Amino acid sequence: MFVKVVEAISKYAIPFIFLGITIYGLFKKVSVYEAFTDGAKEGFTTGVRIIPYLVAMLVAIGVFRASGALELLTKVLSPITNAIGMPGELLPMALMRPLSGGGAQGVMSELITTHGPESLIGRISAVMMGSTETTFYVLAVYFGAVSIKKSRHALSAGLLADLAGLLTAVYVSRLFFGA
Amino acid sequence: MINFIWAGLLISGFIVGIINGNVDAVTNAAIESANTAVELAIGLVGVMALWLGIMKIAEESGLVEKLAKGLKPITLKLFPDVPADHPAMGAMVMNMAANILGLGNAATPLGLKAMQELQELNPKKDTATDAMVTFLAINTSSITLVPATSIAILASAGAKTPTEIIGPTIIATTVSTVVALVATKYLGKLPKYQVDYSEDLESEDAK
Repeated sequence: MFVKVVEAISKYAIPFIFLGITIYGLFKKVSVYEAFTDGAKEGFTTGVRIIPYLVAMLVAIGVFRASGALELLTKVLSPITNAIGMPGELLPMALMRPLSGGGAQGVMSELITTHGPESLIGRISAVMMGSTETTFYVLAVYFGAVSIKKSRHALSAGLLADLAGLLTAVYVSRLFFGA
Repeated sequence: MINFIWAGLLISGFIVGIINGNVDAVTNAAIESANTAVELAIGLVGVMALWLGIMKIAEESGLVEKLAKGLKPITLKLFPDVPADHPAMGAMVMNMAANILGLGNAATPLGLKAMQELQELNPKKDTATDAMVTFLAINTSSITLVPATSIAILASAGAKTPTEIIGPTIIATTVSTVVALVATKYLGKLPKYQVDYSEDLESEDAK
């Protein structure tokens, strides 16, 4: 029921926004075509402006992944994850999630295929995927779009939130789906 | 912090690559990632233009201002430095709604629009304001009602009730959003994250 309602909202939200804004604009006597093109012309500059930031971030992450450094970090951190009751198989997922959305999705698919879609590990990885964002990507794109170089505490706060989301995903999934 | 993490990823990647003897793969990854970054950025141009166009109509008709005023009680608590009827508020609210509903395609352009509006209020253009940091933290930890990607992958792998992950996801994202808000509030008070705005005003006067 809940899913149906949310799915319906997701499906109709964008058509409704486009309709609503255009009709309201006409009603308020806005030159809608001119306003639209006026706003849209900034699309290109925004896209181009984020290129250097995105290149810097994705290259560093790409190099880190391809070298095998991620596996090395997994080995180093495994005593900690064992101590807090997180299955070791999930550590690559947790480390990959803030770095790369596509990479994390790959790790999740692999875990679900290996352990099965009804397994605890498969389910936890799916919850982890939905519980956090690709913090590094968001940071690069959002600050890059306005040429902010000093991001202050944004990364620390974002990573703390990721950590909280990932750990909660493990514990809540265990409660829901049994240890 | 970002300097150390960025350099750390890059340096450890190349060193581990050299030790592991797969330095060719690492070099290729660097070049491929650079290409991917440009493709992603250019791919954003169309949808960005679309949303910026629609948002401009909403702005000129006064709709964004109305939306921002309606949600004043919440937004003023989250972003005390942003005037309640500023266009940034409208764009931020729409971005958050898009994230909660899982409308990724709409969320990024609206979020970038919000950042541009917030930048207008920023006295020091190369340094993030408190409102920007808070907005980004809410964004990356966003409460999610339906994790569509995860459900789709579970379903295609043959899960009988893939939607059962919705409950845990809502709880986990709520916790991470609360942590994000608490973290931005207290980290922002640390001396190393303080911004000295007075200096800039003086140098502007001197010009």
